[in-house]
Formats: sequence, C-alpha cells, structure tokens
Amino acid sequence: MGLVIDASYLAAAILFIVGLKRMSSPVTARRGIVWAGLGMLLATLVTFGTPELLENEHFVTNLSLILAGIAAGGGYAWISGKRVAMTDMPQMIAMYNGMGGGAAATIAAVELLKASEAGGGAEAYLGPDVAILAILGALIGTISFSGSIIAWAKLDGRLQLSRLLPGQHIVNALLALVLLAFSVMLYFTADLTAISIFFGLALVLGVFITVPVGGADMPVIISLFNALTGLAVGFEGYVLGNAAMIIAGIVVGSAGSLLTHLMAVAMNRSVANVFFAGVGTGPASTDSGPGEMKEIQAQDAGILMAFAGQAIIIPGYGMAVAQAQHKIWELVQLLVERGVTVKFAIHPVAGRMPGHMNVLLAEAGVPYDMIYDMEDINADFSNATVALVIGANDVVNPSAKTDTASPLYGMPILDAMDADNVIVIKRGRGAGFSGVENPLFFADNTRMLFGDGQKAASELIQAVKEL
Amino acid sequence: MIEGLAAIYIFLLAGFTGYEIIARVPVILHTPLMSGSNFVHGIVLVGAMYALGIAETTTEQVIGFFAVLLAAGNAVGGYVVTERMLEMFKSSNKPRESAGG
Repeated sequence: MGLVIDASYLAAAILFIVGLKRMSSPVTARRGIVWAGLGMLLATLVTFGTPELLENEHFVTNLSLILAGIAAGGGYAWISGKRVAMTDMPQMIAMYNGMGGGAAATIAAVELLKASEAGGGAEAYLGPDVAILAILGALIGTISFSGSIIAWAKLDGRLQLSRLLPGQHIVNALLALVLLAFSVMLYFTADLTAISIFFGLALVLGVFITVPVGGADMPVIISLFNALTGLAVGFEGYVLGNAAMIIAGIVVGSAGSLLTHLMAVAMNRSVANVFFAGVGTGPASTDSGPGEMKEIQAQDAGILMAFAGQAIIIPGYGMAVAQAQHKIWELVQLLVERGVTVKFAIHPVAGRMPGHMNVLLAEAGVPYDMIYDMEDINADFSNATVALVIGANDVVNPSAKTDTASPLYGMPILDAMDADNVIVIKRGRGAGFSGVENPLFFADNTRMLFGDGQKAASELIQAVKEL
Repeated sequence: MIEGLAAIYIFLLAGFTGYEIIARVPVILHTPLMSGSNFVHGIVLVGAMYALGIAETTTEQVIGFFAVLLAAGNAVGGYVVTERMLEMFKSSNKPRESAGG
C-alpha cells in the first residue's frame, strides 16, 4: 500500500506541473485546471489508505473528523467560489490562499505540540533539518494566513485602515527579530507558552505587514502570500515526508515569487518598495492648479466615436466595479459595424490584478485578438481618433513620465494622451486609487463623461444607435 | 522518507520547474495562473488529513480538524475560482496561435 501511495503522490505532482504548464497558454488553459484537479483528487483519495491512519487507535473518530472537515471547509469554499462576482475574484484568491497558509501552519503546530509533549525542543523530537523547516513553515504559513485575511478584508471594503502605529516599519522589524528569537527557542525547548506566543506574534506580524500596503499594491502582496503559502506547504511536506506536498509547494513558491516580481516590475516598483512605502501615503505634489476639467455629453461622445477611424478602449477597475464590460462590448460591436477599428488596451496592472481586465472582457465575450498589451498598442495611440478611458486612472497618468516628484514616476503607462481625442468615463472628480492627481483629465484634448461606467456605456450605445 | 541530498535535489528541481512555467506567460493569464497555483498548494490537504489521521490527543484532533477545514477550503475554493475564470477564455473567433504576447 505504501508504494501505491507514494507512486500516486508522484503522479499527482506531475499532474500539477502539467496542469500549470497548460494554464500558461490561453489555448490549453481550460484543460490545465482539470489536469491539476485530477492530481488533487488522486492524492486525496489515496491518503485515506495511509497505513498510519488505518492503524491509529482513534481511526473512526479521526476519519469522521477528516470527512467533516473536508465537507465543511470544501462546502463553504464551493458555495462562496461559485457565488462570488467576477470582480471580487482577487479577494477570494486571497482568502483561499490564506486558508492554505493557515493549514500549513496548523500542521506545524501539531508537530511542535508533539515535541512539547515529549518534553524537549523541536530538534530533539524531529531532528535538526525537519525541526528547522517545521518552524520556518509555521512562521511563513501563519504570516501568510493573517496577512491574506487582511488583504481580503481590505479588497472587500470591510477594512479601510491603512495606518496602525507610528514607525510601523520599525515595529515590524523588531517584531520579526523577536519572532526569530522565539524560533530559535522552539528549536531547543518547545514549551506550550512559547509555542502560543510564537504563533500569536506571527499572526500579528502578518496583520502589521499588510495593513499599510496601498490598495494599488494589493495584487503584489496577494501574489507574494501565494508564493509564501507554497513555500510553507513545501516545508511542511518535508516534515511529513510527503513528495506531492514538497514538489507542489516549491513549484508554487518559485512560480509565485517570479510572478510577484513581474507584477512589481510592471508597476516599476521593487517588492521591498511595496512593503516599505505605500503609494499615496506621502504628501502629493499639488504645487500648481492643473486647470479645468471639460465635460462632454454622452450624445456628443457617441458621435465622436461612431465617426472615428480608430478607437482604443482602456478599461480599468471602474469598469469592473460598474460591471460595464457587457455594455462596452455591445458598444464596440456597434462601432465595428460602422467600420470603426476598435482595440482594447490593457495595462499590465489595470484593475486589481494583472490579467483582471482580460478576464472580465473575456467574460463579456470580447475575442482575445482584439485585446492588446501595453507594448503592442502604445504606438497606435497617435493614430487613434479616440481613446476611451473607462474607469482607469493611474495607468494613463502622464505624470508617471514627466513629474519626478510624483509617486507614480517611472511606472510605464498607456499613452492615451497621444490620441486626437480622449474621453474619460469617470464617476466623480476625485483622484485615482493611488490618490495622485491625473493631469490627463485636465488636458486640452480630454473630455470628461461623468457617471457610472455601465450607465455611461448605455448612453453611448443609445447615442450611436440614434445616428 | 526523503532525506538529505535527495531532498535538496527535489527542492531545486521543483524551484526551476516553477520558474520555467511562469517565465514566458502572457499577461492575460497572470491572474488565472496565480489562482491555479493557489489551487495547487491546496495539496496541503493531504498533509492536514495525515496530521489529523494520526492524532492521539484531543488537542491534536482539534488542531488537526482546523488544518483539514482550512486546507479543504484552499483546494476546493482554488479549483472553483480558477475554473470559473478559465471558463471565460473562449474566443469568438478560432483561437489564434498567440494571444497578445
């Protein structure tokens, strides 16, 4: 039986890798998750046959608890995952990721408790290598757990807090040092009090790290916690001698780290910078009054678009919030019928996650060959009659190119200002998510169409139909 | 049990594999891929089941139960969300060879 289980774990690990590989191309992506899912199913099923489980004196109780846990946790996740709106996906990923980190941490907790019952340190009970990885996994998993929950709460609008203590970074650094000391202590003497304080402080550190992170940086943090959970799972896999956990965990740890880095680079920020400086928390440079915003009515905007040669649409988080993607697609189809060339321009960090806009547009039925990445479309703006910005802000902010004092300075942007006309659909006159004023909105060739994205899109459709 | 050098080999190779998977991915798939990798570390469920399965005391059972509860949430939630996202990657035209890469 042991051999069958080990072989199945290996097969599961291979299925995960094949699945992830397939998920990295749009053509095979949909089958990729099925492969990975099969791996998970196989690994879970064979685990029920593990000899140590069958021989345990509490077998019946433990088995019932396992089934109850799977039913409750899986049931909750199934229902919430099916119900959640596409726009709220990022926070659900954060939530499920946090649960994984918590699971890895609790597995470590069980091992540490056993060490404590045996009366010695983790090293005496587990051996040096296992003890180190168990403690590290516990630390990382716990931070990922509480941090992800905070990320979920912030993205879900349940927590608006962005500052806890003065000198937060110094407090965090001190806390990290204290945690390190406790880690060393657990290695030599794992008593119950030390274990409890260790986990308590790790929970607090996760909260402290995440609370000050600016909203625009949330994707980077979620991706980082995803990578951390992967690492924690890999480490605990070593503790339990489970090949599937080691391989899957480390693959996710490394893939997640690279993804985090790519996201940070797309925003021209380092991962360290995301932690230590929140965008928009510093004083904004509002030295000169940028002038007046000029309004346009939907009817005029509709006419402008209907007679355009080329129109480029730049969606942002506002489109997601307003659920306007279907209306926008309807508008685009009308424009295409009239002979307008329409392209969608997606900034790497538009929305709350890379690819967020692509998913929403795909949901609405936009074929992905109409969707262009930043590098591929930026040259086209100068040939475009109209650039329609819907619910995007920071990603088209020209001060990222010109104003060295701007917190956005250096971030690559979509050059919407190069189009002959820019129409901006926006709910109000306020600054963007980063809290930085956007000079594009005051430019001579820009007209503002105030209103909710969905309503504005409906009015544009109406305007084009009436022609 | 996997020990010593063998474990280091596994860690290294798995690390390279993960890097290789992400290295050439179009931006369009970043979110689904993050979600997919989030599902994959749901394999922690297997470890949680083991931890609870070998529990001897009530404390271990309680903690183990939470481990299974959380891990099942990770695995199932990760799958459902990823599948829903990928479900949308249907092109109205025939899929072209590359997408916006």
